[in-house]
Amino acid sequence: MVQTIEAASAAVVGLAVGAAVPERLLGQERWPRGKKRPFDSDEEPNSYKDITTYNNFYEFGTDKSDPAKNSGNFKLSPWTVNVEGLVKKPAAYHLEDFIKPHKLEDRIYRLRCVEGWSMVIPWLGFPLAGLIKRVEPTSKAKYVTFETVYRPEEMIGQRRPYLNWPYVEGLRLDEAMHPLTLLAAGLYGKGLPNQNGAPLRLVVPWKYGFKSIKSIVKIGFVEKEPPTTWNISAPDEYGFYSNVNPEADHPRWSQKSERRIGEFLKRKTVMFNGYAEQVGYLYAGMDLKKHF
Amino acid sequence: MTTQRFDWVGTIVKPAVFTAALVPLAALAWNFFHDRLSANPIADITNATGIWTLRFLVITLAITPARKLAKLSWLSRFRRMTGVFAFFYAALHFTTYIWLDKFFEWQEMFDDVAKRKFIAIGFASFVLLIPLALTSFNKAQKWLGGKRWNALHRLTYLIGIGGVVHFIWRVKADLREPTIYAVVVGVLLLLRLWWLIAQTRWFSHAGQRKPLQSSQTSPSASQSFSNPVVRL
Repeated sequence: MVQTIEAASAAVVGLAVGAAVPERLLGQERWPRGKKRPFDSDEEPNSYKDITTYNNFYEFGTDKSDPAKNSGNFKLSPWTVNVEGLVKKPAAYHLEDFIKPHKLEDRIYRLRCVEGWSMVIPWLGFPLAGLIKRVEPTSKAKYVTFETVYRPEEMIGQRRPYLNWPYVEGLRLDEAMHPLTLLAAGLYGKGLPNQNGAPLRLVVPWKYGFKSIKSIVKIGFVEKEPPTTWNISAPDEYGFYSNVNPEADHPRWSQKSERRIGEFLKRKTVMFNGYAEQVGYLYAGMDLKKHF
Repeated sequence: MTTQRFDWVGTIVKPAVFTAALVPLAALAWNFFHDRLSANPIADITNATGIWTLRFLVITLAITPARKLAKLSWLSRFRRMTGVFAFFYAALHFTTYIWLDKFFEWQEMFDDVAKRKFIAIGFASFVLLIPLALTSFNKAQKWLGGKRWNALHRLTYLIGIGGVVHFIWRVKADLREPTIYAVVVGVLLLLRLWWLIAQTRWFSHAGQRKPLQSSQTSPSASQSFSNPVVRL
């Protein structure tokens, strides 16, 4: 497995560029470019339009069309990412310095929303594991926490308390270290649009979409399982793990099937969103209906 | 010489309201065929037909209070039309669910109704709408008799509550919109409760005292005096 990780990391396509870098410097605008990599889904990616106009990003409103409509004035620079907690090298990074040491690569992942729809998205990012190795967590660190920027003046959804702002998420350290776990700074080979979580977001393809927190300003390392926003909002509906699981229904709707955006008939939802082979070992012996 | 007054409401307003009630459907169809819905058009169709069902229910429930408060008796002539449109959009909503959303996966739908309370209450509300739609024409009213017909059509109150609860239970986090509907439906039903209490009090007092003075009472109140069905 580790060899595969290294191979994937070595198979570098992108330059080390941040979202703030002009698009033309990213080179080719079309996607896909290059050949299929080990973690890539071989399914047809959704269109750029679908991916950038149908979003759940409650900081910009609760309608799927709201994030694209309301995120136009969101300021991407300056952007600072704080790394804190149980690490040997806590620091506040400028976004460019944060991304620069890492090689950006294209990854075509399935994304399954907890609401019962899914997409295939060609992200541009780097494995979170690379960052974690760089900041050196102490032996006490067991979980990684993430926090979205809090700017109610630019994010109109944050002016109303339907969720507990700022949005927070968390992963177990081994989940965070998994080679599939990505910090994305772009999609379709271009910078990340605001509505998709610019300038930096998490992508955890085997978990429901809301785990993949957007517009990150804080990454922390802690000993105990951290609070997460949707779990605070409705603990019986959204668990800490929130792995895609067709057998664990949402209390209000079935998770057995999903509508792939662009398709008419529904598909069967697959355990861990089809990544069971890669991530199943992380949950060996766990009752995933209890730890939903 | 008696001159027939021109029936503005029947000849002009009614057809106009009828046409207007079809605009949401036309807009949905236009947006669909011009690719102006979202990336998930089935969800858009579900949401649009659902919200218009609720809106027509609210309009229907608002007619009697509006008629009484604003003293516009002709408003009651729209109650059937708006009620039938509520059923019309509910039927589209239901069809969207079984056809476009579930694609006739009966087992899955059965599970939905059995396990998901928001689906169960939506389904129940739709089922309750069916007898109302079936008895919405004049002859049915005659067959049933005014009393029974009225009693049956008071199911609208239950359906209104069901529709609002269906909306509240399906929302993920932001309850603002369903709350607005809940408040409106709540006010419309409380008004009726208030009138019911006021009227029954008056009824019992009047019964003890003296016969009704028709000059002081509205036609509907005098009706309810002779017939204890309170028209709300």
